[in-house]
Amino acid sequence: MAEFTMPSLGADMDEGMLSEWLVHPGDRVTRGDVIAVVETAKSAIEVECFDSGTVKALLVDEGTTVPVGTPLARIGTTAEARPAESRPAGRPPVESPPASTPLVRRLAEDRHVDLAAVHGSGPGGRITRADVEHAEPEPESAPAPEREKTAPTPRPAKPARSDNSTGERPAPGRVKSSPLARRLATELGVELSDVVGTGRGGTVRAEDVRSAAAAEGARRPVIPDAARAATARLMSRSKREIPHFYLSTTVDMAAALEWMHARNRELPLSARLVPAALTFKAVAMAARKVPELNGHWGDDGFVPAEEVRLGVAVSLRGGGLVAPALAHADTLSLPEVMAALKDLVARARGGRLRASQTADPSLTVTNLGDQGVEAVFGVIYPPQVALVGLGRIVERPVAVNGLLGVRPVLTATLSADHRAADGATGARLLTAMDRLLQQPEEL
Amino acid sequence: MSTRTRPRAHPDDATTTYREALREGLREALTSDDRVFLMGEDVGRYGGCFGVSLGLLEEFGPERVRDTPLSESAFVGAGIGAALAGMRPVVEIMTVNFSLLALDQILNNAATLRHMSGGQLGVPLVIRMTTGAGRQLAAQHSHSLEGWYAHIPGLRVLAPATVDDARHVLAAALADPDPVLLFEHGSLYNAAGMLDPAVHDVDLDSAAVRREGADVTVVAYGGCVSKALEAAEALAEEGISAEVIDLRTLRPLDDATVVGSVRRTHRAVLVDEGWRSGSLSAEIESRICEQAFFDLDAPVERVCSAEVPIPYARRLEEAALPQPAGIVAAARRVVS
Repeated sequence: MAEFTMPSLGADMDEGMLSEWLVHPGDRVTRGDVIAVVETAKSAIEVECFDSGTVKALLVDEGTTVPVGTPLARIGTTAEARPAESRPAGRPPVESPPASTPLVRRLAEDRHVDLAAVHGSGPGGRITRADVEHAEPEPESAPAPEREKTAPTPRPAKPARSDNSTGERPAPGRVKSSPLARRLATELGVELSDVVGTGRGGTVRAEDVRSAAAAEGARRPVIPDAARAATARLMSRSKREIPHFYLSTTVDMAAALEWMHARNRELPLSARLVPAALTFKAVAMAARKVPELNGHWGDDGFVPAEEVRLGVAVSLRGGGLVAPALAHADTLSLPEVMAALKDLVARARGGRLRASQTADPSLTVTNLGDQGVEAVFGVIYPPQVALVGLGRIVERPVAVNGLLGVRPVLTATLSADHRAADGATGARLLTAMDRLLQQPEEL
Repeated sequence: MSTRTRPRAHPDDATTTYREALREGLREALTSDDRVFLMGEDVGRYGGCFGVSLGLLEEFGPERVRDTPLSESAFVGAGIGAALAGMRPVVEIMTVNFSLLALDQILNNAATLRHMSGGQLGVPLVIRMTTGAGRQLAAQHSHSLEGWYAHIPGLRVLAPATVDDARHVLAAALADPDPVLLFEHGSLYNAAGMLDPAVHDVDLDSAAVRREGADVTVVAYGGCVSKALEAAEALAEEGISAEVIDLRTLRPLDDATVVGSVRRTHRAVLVDEGWRSGSLSAEIESRICEQAFFDLDAPVERVCSAEVPIPYARRLEEAALPQPAGIVAAARRVVS
């Protein structure tokens, strides 16, 4: 029997709100499955479990705030949990409804059977018609009125014509909602799954979204404010406790860009590299060469990190910052870095980071180049001891081999914790990064 | 026909019927333009199968009001020839069911000649015909096939629903340099109404908003407009405000009016006396989904004829056709 506990999703997190269970007691889970959503001061985070087995009990109700480490669920780890559950490595399985045919889904709906709770006996665990017919209906359902077709009420439960009925049922896991409701939900920042639908068959309609938005506005402060406050707390602590020093260097990007453009000609449009992939990778490799800056400052002084977990500062649309981590950033290939960056930014802005992405980075990069500035002297994220700032790549007259030429250059800066390192250490990191960018094929 | 009436003694009297309004339109056209003539089965001596042309033979003579043999293909073809030669013929086909005998002339000649001649030839022909059910004339006289004609490029397809539109539609149709099909719903001939003295023409490019409303858009045309208005009245008593749009022109469709209305009401009920499958209402629903998908707050509902040959028995016929109660029920489904 294993316990699933409230994870620590950041150095400054001491409690979290269990906002959503994505599993039910009796569900089979595999290590790496996302099984719950936890809301911290910064964002809602999908949390993976670390054990395989069967969910025995959920110990904490949705909406409850508990300290880090509190048991949230018990997972029965049976030996029979198939060891050769071969999933593609490194990619946690996405949670998906059990495989079933449209007929089975319709049958399940008619019989008020929750498909998620049905054990599939068909090939590949597929739920068959017989499985549904033998399953217990959900207790709270009242199946009787559904059958009366000729109800003379203003809202007939089911139109008699078959060509209308396919639109009656939502796909599993999808909120049934009108197009207008979906548009409004996006515009008003309302999560559709939180809205109670009052339309036919529980369809969420425009009016439901509007009232939910009104209620939400009254109930709780919006997340961006919480993120802003968290950023404020962390940055104040950093400036209070950390004696910062700053270094700056100018990197000639001509070689790196030329190599990147050549490489991009061979890559499909969706996989093309941007300069940030190269510079981030270069920072990660430089951090491995200068371990004195890759780690955390704790009560006992500096503790170097075992791997390079590159924090990526992402500004949120509503204000505030998060810095999710790219694990093993120094060993990822450039296309992998590129894909991981896209995923991180999208998830951070969507408020849906995974727990593995928020565990403490060992060094953070902030790239304000796309915002048009040439240099950024950042504030270190405690308990890290260094932050690399990247500016915009600009064309400047530069002396090259005794001649004046126009080159694309980048200002890279380092903010470092003087308790952990000195200027010479910092200089090694920046020069290592510069050297790597002059040999982009090594990246 | 027992309902045949003599020409009115006082044409300025504002109360008229749909039939009389059409006749006034014909009379005006025959009077104002020498090129205009009327031909078809029984339009002269008998006064028209539905009494529309009653008295016109006496007034304008056999050159201008011509009875034809019982051959739709022949007299529609003759009309096309006359139009090509510079006349402005008005051809009457008794019902849309019989127009299928002339479909070759309408589709392969009238609708295509402008295109095939590189714009050198035009067919300024107006074809009038009765459409629709509701009078126990059984399956061979009752169908609503105007949606088929609305499929054909090169034609303009009209379906006047009010006495004002019936009165003025012919002048507008004759002004069109290309073939125009005019569908007169059989149940409307006796419909009475006040002619609006301020109205002097029909805008053939625009649908008409017959009743304004905020909760649901009801789209109808021809014989179903009055049913939609009746339904809107009933809905108003329940506190549901329905906007009723009369398409008036079935080809080219006025998307802007329909879609604009749906963007405000977020719900639509489409009424079509044609069969549901492959119908004009299906086309309108498509356009709403294409152009206003993210404004829809409920699936679009359609009220169409049952997919059967229109029955003869009265109760069966009523059951097969769109009725106000069905429109009300559909509106409730999209609103509630």
